[in-house]
Amino acid sequence: MVARGAGDPLGRVVDVLIVGGGAAGLRAAIAVAEAGLECTVLSKVYPMRSHTVSAEGGAAGVIGVGDTLDEHAYDTISGGDWLCDQDAVEMFVREAPRELIQLEHWGCPWSREPDGRVAVRPFGGMRQLRTWFAADKTGFHLLHTLFQTTLKYPQISRLDEWYVTRLLVEDGRIEGVVAIDIKTGETAAVWAKAVILATGGGGKVFPFTTNAAIKTGDGMALAYRAGAPLKDMEFVQYHPTGLPFTGILITEAARAEGGWLVNKDGYRYLQDYDLGVPTDKPKLRSMELGPRDRLSQAFVGELDKGRTVETPYGHVTFLDLRHLGEERIEARIPFVRELCRSYQKLDPVTDLIPVRPVVHYMMGGVHTDIDGATPIAGLYAAGETACVSINGANRLGSNSLPECLVFGARAGLAAAEYAGTAAKPAARAVPDEPLPDGSGSGERIADLRTEMQRTLEDAAGIYRTGDDLEKAVGSLRDLRERAKKAKLDDSSTSFNTERINALELGCMLDIAETIVASALNREESRGAHQRSDFPKRDDEGFLAHSLAHQGPDGSPVVSLLPVTITRWPPGERVYGR
Amino acid sequence: MTYYTPPVDRLWWTRRRSYFVFVLREFTSVGVAWSALLLVYAAKGNEIPVWLVPINLIALAACVFHAITFLSLAPKATVVRLDGWRVPDYMIVGGNYGLWLFASLVLAWVVL
Amino acid sequence: MTVLEVSRYRPGIDAEPVFQRYEVPDNDDWAVLDGLNYVKDSVDGTLSFRWSCRMGICGSCGMTVNGEPRLTCGTFLADYDGVVRVEPLHGFPVIRDLVVDIEPFLEKLSSVSPWLIRSGEDPASEFAQTPAQLEAYKQYSMCINCMLCYSACPVYVLDPDFLGPAAIALAQRYNLDSRDEGDRFDVLSTDEGVWGCTFVGECTSACPKHVDPAEAIQRYKLTAAVRSVLPWVRL
Repeated sequence: MVARGAGDPLGRVVDVLIVGGGAAGLRAAIAVAEAGLECTVLSKVYPMRSHTVSAEGGAAGVIGVGDTLDEHAYDTISGGDWLCDQDAVEMFVREAPRELIQLEHWGCPWSREPDGRVAVRPFGGMRQLRTWFAADKTGFHLLHTLFQTTLKYPQISRLDEWYVTRLLVEDGRIEGVVAIDIKTGETAAVWAKAVILATGGGGKVFPFTTNAAIKTGDGMALAYRAGAPLKDMEFVQYHPTGLPFTGILITEAARAEGGWLVNKDGYRYLQDYDLGVPTDKPKLRSMELGPRDRLSQAFVGELDKGRTVETPYGHVTFLDLRHLGEERIEARIPFVRELCRSYQKLDPVTDLIPVRPVVHYMMGGVHTDIDGATPIAGLYAAGETACVSINGANRLGSNSLPECLVFGARAGLAAAEYAGTAAKPAARAVPDEPLPDGSGSGERIADLRTEMQRTLEDAAGIYRTGDDLEKAVGSLRDLRERAKKAKLDDSSTSFNTERINALELGCMLDIAETIVASALNREESRGAHQRSDFPKRDDEGFLAHSLAHQGPDGSPVVSLLPVTITRWPPGERVYGR
Repeated sequence: MTYYTPPVDRLWWTRRRSYFVFVLREFTSVGVAWSALLLVYAAKGNEIPVWLVPINLIALAACVFHAITFLSLAPKATVVRLDGWRVPDYMIVGGNYGLWLFASLVLAWVVL
Repeated sequence: MTVLEVSRYRPGIDAEPVFQRYEVPDNDDWAVLDGLNYVKDSVDGTLSFRWSCRMGICGSCGMTVNGEPRLTCGTFLADYDGVVRVEPLHGFPVIRDLVVDIEPFLEKLSSVSPWLIRSGEDPASEFAQTPAQLEAYKQYSMCINCMLCYSACPVYVLDPDFLGPAAIALAQRYNLDSRDEGDRFDVLSTDEGVWGCTFVGECTSACPKHVDPAEAIQRYKLTAAVRSVLPWVRL
């Protein structure tokens, strides 16, 4: 085990430091260990608490007869409204099945066909059955399998409950991080030849999200402050079926198994939004199995037409699973039933489930190449933290887990290779940075956070306008200043979670600014980014990624980077026809 | 850094009904031991004094309690799967009671 | 208003935990965790506790609620009358307030080799496993490492060296996996392993995911007993 205490907690320079212990981070760790190098997984929570654990539906990878890599690529690219880099997508769909089989060999309890082969289920926006699943706790099983597998490698050490406050970059090259041991409150430099950021996304910048409390965009903000650009931050995915109040996700698998979305009249309203015609059995790439962006936009349409139901926690439509019957629900989506019973006090076998769109995933992230490399030498990113980009303007359900595996492994290998030749950074004293303490006289952290979240929801929700976004730019700049003077009750050292909350708020404010600035700059509507004032997709002007750099005054500066097109020229997104 | 380690709670078995029942069950072993000793004593042809009857009744109650709780816990240790179908607990408990009854009848036939 | 009576322990300040009362608004939809977050956000920022997913799957927010080990995200204030007492999980050293030290569990988990042990080259495709073979260990794979079972286990509370319910259940998760070729006998069949268990059964009652660790342990006792007598038999 790692010695805790003053100074360098490791007493050595690690080959590869991995920040974040979810699917991408742990997969990267195993890749580094298998390459024969030593690595340390540093995470603000124990790895098995990482948000990968909440993923429900499944992981896409071509194995079925009749399915092809090209079809998976096409579904992904059209689902992403042609903003995906097609070379990255081709590589991704090629490596995804291998990674999922690897997980199987490590013990993942994938659901099976009667003959013992891995079973696959349909999923939104996919025109073949290619989503591997472990009932509806796929992320949970995937994370625990990975975590337990890491325990067998002596090359992998961990710093559990440590929080990174900044990256150490010298002459454009990574040298490690500065981090707080949350248990003791002590700060230390952790020196490393290479660093991989795998801290997940930052859904917590929005008030209503499926994301766990820990998803505060830390890795994105760290890279951004160190000079790496954040890519496509305006693309925020709303999942169409979250439980009101808690925001708990009801997996897309519920619709893949045959669930219907109905409005207050019991009408399957998706048929009014160019998503096909209702059929009793689920039809691929049609109706309830359309892509998430379109389904969430259809909800807003129903809201505008007055065909939703008002609840104390906002307007809802309903997910109807009753016709599936108890046996199928128990066999295929037991967690959905468990969640509904515990948190909504209803049983989907007999009751309609109230649902509303909920912030779920960030397509954007740290700009990387297909090896997870960022523009800073030795700094890599993978998983939701990164934007390669395979998700474009809208991620398809069940692509994110294999993305964590494929790009976690690739980043791990690339980082190991880099660390094999890179010079050791010289351990030296680094200046302490002032940590938030009890000296501020301003507002509470929670109040500032709530205001930021409201600002984002108002300006950068499912539909956006230039005016609202302009206003949000000013509000966020103001919030950034106020956050510097925030009042903290807690000035102690041991397990000071309020201090961590303050640091997380800083990260969230940074990425919130990049979301708003990128959304303002993109004067078109594409995928999850819908501008009411620019309702059409504009391939002339914006078939390009947004890159947000931190400017000298701390605010983002947005530029464009062309999308890589290999074999699929931009076309119309067709669902249900 | 100092963690707080709570002192060991000597009365832990009074904190919850299930703990108490558990400790009670552990104590029934005294009754079982008593019955065993008594059996050996009687088997040597000794008369059992009348004044021991109340104690024997308590020992009998302890043995029955022990046996019943033991058998009702049996399905936890013996999970039987037949072609993926898990034999339900009541069948395993029932089977154990059946065996118990059978053994008792055989013993009774031999002794009486 | 609901009154939360929360155990506070600030290392260096408190010699032992003290209770502090907070009033939180009544809301039928609020879990105990929502009450704690209300306190943290609006009343007293110094209160520390772990939480994350608030959907009962990350395993962070286990605490003792009115004497019972519970996941606070799935335990609702409306289900209690009067004062709701929130303490850290019993049986663990307290780092601060409601945060306990779970490092020993991580070491125990590692000690049972909780990974698939398999010799030979991996094939290019999956190992076949029928739904029935999956069913044989699936239940034990549902453990979220929330530590409620350890907190409920009097054996663990009296003897912190006891391997404990979750670690043994996870060892059994791999033992019973048709793909696994490992042997965990030397770790499990010890005084600190399955033989430390006196079968109180409270681990199973406390488990929020219906893993039934008590069953896992008793089954391995039978396995270990048979193997001690007939070493060549594999159950």
